[in-house]
Amino acid sequence: MFEIFQYTFVVRGLVAGLIIGVIAPLVGIFLVLRRYSLIADTLAHVSLAGVAIGLLTGLNPLLTALGASALSSLAIERLRNSKKIYGETALSIFLSGSLALAVVLIGLSHGFNVDLFSYLFGSILTVRPQDIFIMILLALIIGILFILFFRELIYLSFDEDSAKVSGIPASIFNSAFILLSAATIAISIPIIGVLLISALLVLPVITALQFRRSFAYTLLYAEIISLSSIMVGIIGSFYLNIPSGGFIVLVMLAIFIVTFLIKKPKSRLMSW
Amino acid sequence: MPVNHHKNIIEIKNLSFAYSGELVLKNISLNIHEGDYLGIIGPNGSGKSTLLKLMLGLLKPSAGEVNLFGKPVSEFKDWYKLGYVSQKAVNFDPLFPVTVWEVVAMGRLGRRGLGKNLSDVDDKAIDKALVEVGMTEFRDRLIGDLSGGQQQRVFIARALAAEPAVIFLDEPTTGIDVETQEQFYSLLTKLNRERDLTLVLISHDIDVIAHEATELACINQTLVYHGEPKEFVKADYLEMLYGKNIRQILHGH
Repeated sequence: MFEIFQYTFVVRGLVAGLIIGVIAPLVGIFLVLRRYSLIADTLAHVSLAGVAIGLLTGLNPLLTALGASALSSLAIERLRNSKKIYGETALSIFLSGSLALAVVLIGLSHGFNVDLFSYLFGSILTVRPQDIFIMILLALIIGILFILFFRELIYLSFDEDSAKVSGIPASIFNSAFILLSAATIAISIPIIGVLLISALLVLPVITALQFRRSFAYTLLYAEIISLSSIMVGIIGSFYLNIPSGGFIVLVMLAIFIVTFLIKKPKSRLMSW
Repeated sequence: MPVNHHKNIIEIKNLSFAYSGELVLKNISLNIHEGDYLGIIGPNGSGKSTLLKLMLGLLKPSAGEVNLFGKPVSEFKDWYKLGYVSQKAVNFDPLFPVTVWEVVAMGRLGRRGLGKNLSDVDDKAIDKALVEVGMTEFRDRLIGDLSGGQQQRVFIARALAAEPAVIFLDEPTTGIDVETQEQFYSLLTKLNRERDLTLVLISHDIDVIAHEATELACINQTLVYHGEPKEFVKADYLEMLYGKNIRQILHGH
């Protein structure tokens, strides 16, 4: 049963999975509560264009994905705030635009190789040794900022006007948060894949929300669900020889469905 | 420190605000003194919520200025002195996973400084605020599971936890039954009289303002009246200014 740990790529995949498993709910809980889930999906597609640039130019695809995702996240925020176009249409522009760019870049290079399928659906084989270093660094930054400022983020997500009146610099926090989301999404791509990232960020959180507990407990439950699904998914995908992203998300989905059916909503909530 | 009822804590000078080219507020001058309980009334769309947001620095004036505790809003730093209970506080996401205690703890953020942990002093202030509004036994309940009146008390507790000098309330009783409203207003009156807390309350309910507030401002793009509530009612300013249907205008929102 332990022979899989003899393979360095499996160990690398598991380490990467653990890192992502910890930071995804930290970012995901605020994405869900601020109704930003669709931004996650959009930034994942932008990251694919970033990956394509990386594969085409020979740069590390994780870094090019990070760059593309971070720049786009700020551009999306700006476009949404400009009020010249509707908020969702800003997302559609970036989602389809970056997918178009990715397809054209792939076409130009006469269709890379198997790599692309791995980036779409996730594979532990996609994690390169230097990626682990980038992931650990970013995870540390995200984790530290979260520990320092999670109370401010909760306040901003719950009641932005009152948070502003209490002196919290909302625009700096909002930009920083969207930037960290972009970073989380970009580093999750190798394991989860572009098309499944929003599930990674959203599913553990909405499952945890079904328990109707405090913020602290909701986050704890989301972390447990996230980490255990990723571990089960990666080990399972190794034995079944299937894309890790798909298996991870199916495990998360199963946990969500069971929780949703067991936890009946309180009648008061239904009357709202 | 004894309250000085002549000391201006908020000064509004020749304030105007336009939104997409349309004038919402025109040339408003108004002072709020320490210990005042100012009720702001006005018809729908009269700009009263806008005026509140200008006082709080959430909007920038097109002309004129607002001074908070002697400083222009743009230079004001002591935000913990202001508590705010917004209209939105009643319309929050009922599924949001925060307990009563976690909501009240938000009130300490401005006083504690960004990125710092809550200390024993903060914990005590949170507990005290919960006692003050009578919500201690609900501290571990989710805010979304409470009734509208209880939620409103929690939002007052959040404002109180910052130990502010003044609390701004924007139509805090929307959607709350009459009996609970009365309890809520007597809590406000108690805070004003016993704690000398300055209150700025926007309300549709002119009867409540006439009975409870110490000052009344009537806004309809301009400042129509500012003075004692009793004078306002006695002089029938309402009918003079708006015609005979004013009570319906104010109530029928």
